[in-house]
Amino acid sequence: MTEETVAKHTCPDCRWLEERVDLDEGLNFACAKGRLGSGSALLTRTPCRDFAAPARPPARRHRAAPARPWSPFLQTPDPDGLRAWNRDRKELLPRPKIMTEHDAVRRFVKDGDYVGFELYGTVRCPLSIVREVIRQGRRRLRLLGQGLMDVDLLIAAGAVAALDLAYVGYESHGLSPVLRRAVEKDGLPAKEWSNGALAWRLKAAAMGLPFLPTRSMLGSDTLRSSGVSTMRDPYTGVAVALLPALSPDCAVVHVQRCDVFGNSQIDGVLGFAPEIARAAKRLIVTTEEIVRPEFIQSAPERTVIPFYLVDAVVYAPFGAHPGETCGIYRRDEEHVAAYLAAIATADGTRAYLDEWVHGLPDHWAYRRKVGFERLAGLAP
Amino acid sequence: MSAQAEELLVAAAARLMTGRSTVFIGTGLPMLAAALAKRTCAPELVCVFEFGGIGPALERLPRAVGESRSFERAWAAEGLAGVMETAQRGLIMDGFLGGAQVDPYGNLNTTVIGPHDAPRARLPGAGGANDVGSLVWRTVIMMRHERRRFVEKVDFVTTPGYLDGPGARERAGLCPGTGPYRLLTDLALFDFPAETRRARLIALQPGATLEGVRAETGFAFEAVPEPETLPPPTPEELAVLRAAAGMEAAA
Repeated sequence: MTEETVAKHTCPDCRWLEERVDLDEGLNFACAKGRLGSGSALLTRTPCRDFAAPARPPARRHRAAPARPWSPFLQTPDPDGLRAWNRDRKELLPRPKIMTEHDAVRRFVKDGDYVGFELYGTVRCPLSIVREVIRQGRRRLRLLGQGLMDVDLLIAAGAVAALDLAYVGYESHGLSPVLRRAVEKDGLPAKEWSNGALAWRLKAAAMGLPFLPTRSMLGSDTLRSSGVSTMRDPYTGVAVALLPALSPDCAVVHVQRCDVFGNSQIDGVLGFAPEIARAAKRLIVTTEEIVRPEFIQSAPERTVIPFYLVDAVVYAPFGAHPGETCGIYRRDEEHVAAYLAAIATADGTRAYLDEWVHGLPDHWAYRRKVGFERLAGLAP
Repeated sequence: MSAQAEELLVAAAARLMTGRSTVFIGTGLPMLAAALAKRTCAPELVCVFEFGGIGPALERLPRAVGESRSFERAWAAEGLAGVMETAQRGLIMDGFLGGAQVDPYGNLNTTVIGPHDAPRARLPGAGGANDVGSLVWRTVIMMRHERRRFVEKVDFVTTPGYLDGPGARERAGLCPGTGPYRLLTDLALFDFPAETRRARLIALQPGATLEGVRAETGFAFEAVPEPETLPPPTPEELAVLRAAAGMEAAA
């Protein structure tokens, strides 16, 4: 590039500077701070030095649209808002994003946010982030309730204001006593969805659409209670339910391995990781292993989540404990049994949270408390 | 439910999988039935699990629909949306579901007991059951037979059966040609004839009587004249089943 044009814009990294450099007619910009010497070649965008500094309150115009009165949903679909967000707020070049659970939650999970955790409670679920969210005392979260321990722990900690609920239960171990107490006694509001519906809602957002038609949910109270509209398809006359796009403010996915930029591989079933990663405004990836970028590049077809979707990479070995991560460790049945015994009562749940969440500063301390030998013994 | 009743139910469900191709397997009893069927009457059965497992060997019984065993030695491991879209395209023939409440039209409730805004009991929710009941060609409902579970009207239609009678599924816009195929319990086997779409008793489990079934059912139902009795589980089936269940307990 020989000529640099300077545009009056806010820097997408630090949201602080007044000037940035247009690299290619409006698609990519570089932060102009200290970069305006004549003849300096700007082939790649470098991260702004202020990237890690406490950000000024971000520009209002790109915040999630507040729930509009006519929307019956916990998170209102906003495809244009997501486009603008992706243009203005995403890092579009591969840059290291490694940080701790503490920093990732502090920066990307706010009170009142709509948050989603993939997959569910005892399978490849980012529980190290769930515990950190509780530790930092987040409140009034709206939650994607396709879960188990993740949903239960957050409800028990008083962090949840409302749920989009598909399934919260322990399968062969029965109902969730935490959910029962919250709904039956405390009136926690829950909207009903099917698993497929939640995945398709995320897929709609991932496709950049306001809704996705489906032939599921029709005729049921599950549909009526969620407030979904139906219509006849104009081409075939087939009835469809119009599932509203769901774009979480922050999503968290646990993967087997990724590189420092966030390029992620998942072994085994994908759950709804591809959809939620593309639908979310902010994405935290927690990983069992950090690999060299060359490893990712040697098999690019295995990348399920490319770097530009990712805002934070958190190195979290055994991050899904006491659940399992396919190929690396099994579910810790002993811990799960103790947990299930504890959550049978409200007091027991509090004691569990005190012992395993509030009583520990971070995931490293959690692993030490579980015991490294015991963790190693969970290898499949 | 006693172990014996559970074995009756699971063994009969496994036989319903004979000659089937792709079956959608829900959590709990359907998993046991699928494991038994794979080892006995339907070794080629392609079991589909909602979080993405397609055609696992089921040598070890999954304890959850997303755990590693649900795609151990499977043909494919994809994702939730992909599996449900496969069902929406009509490629999944049967779905095996459980439930907390069922009514004569095969509508299932797994959401709440009591009103939704102030429930007496909060149940897990729809999970994948609503998608299965909406999209697969034939739904087989597996339940323990108790009067409080067999009600005239479910508190919440989590998963649509025939709703309120013939034509109701079509009016609601559900895919034509889909719906509950059998209702199997530890006491009896029901079908849903096209004229009424109400559960009709077609067979009894060993040891059950028509009067006994009526006493345990909270709605009126018809029965075919002289319903046959389902064959009891063979010693071989019981051995396989107990080995599979015992393996789960030991794991």
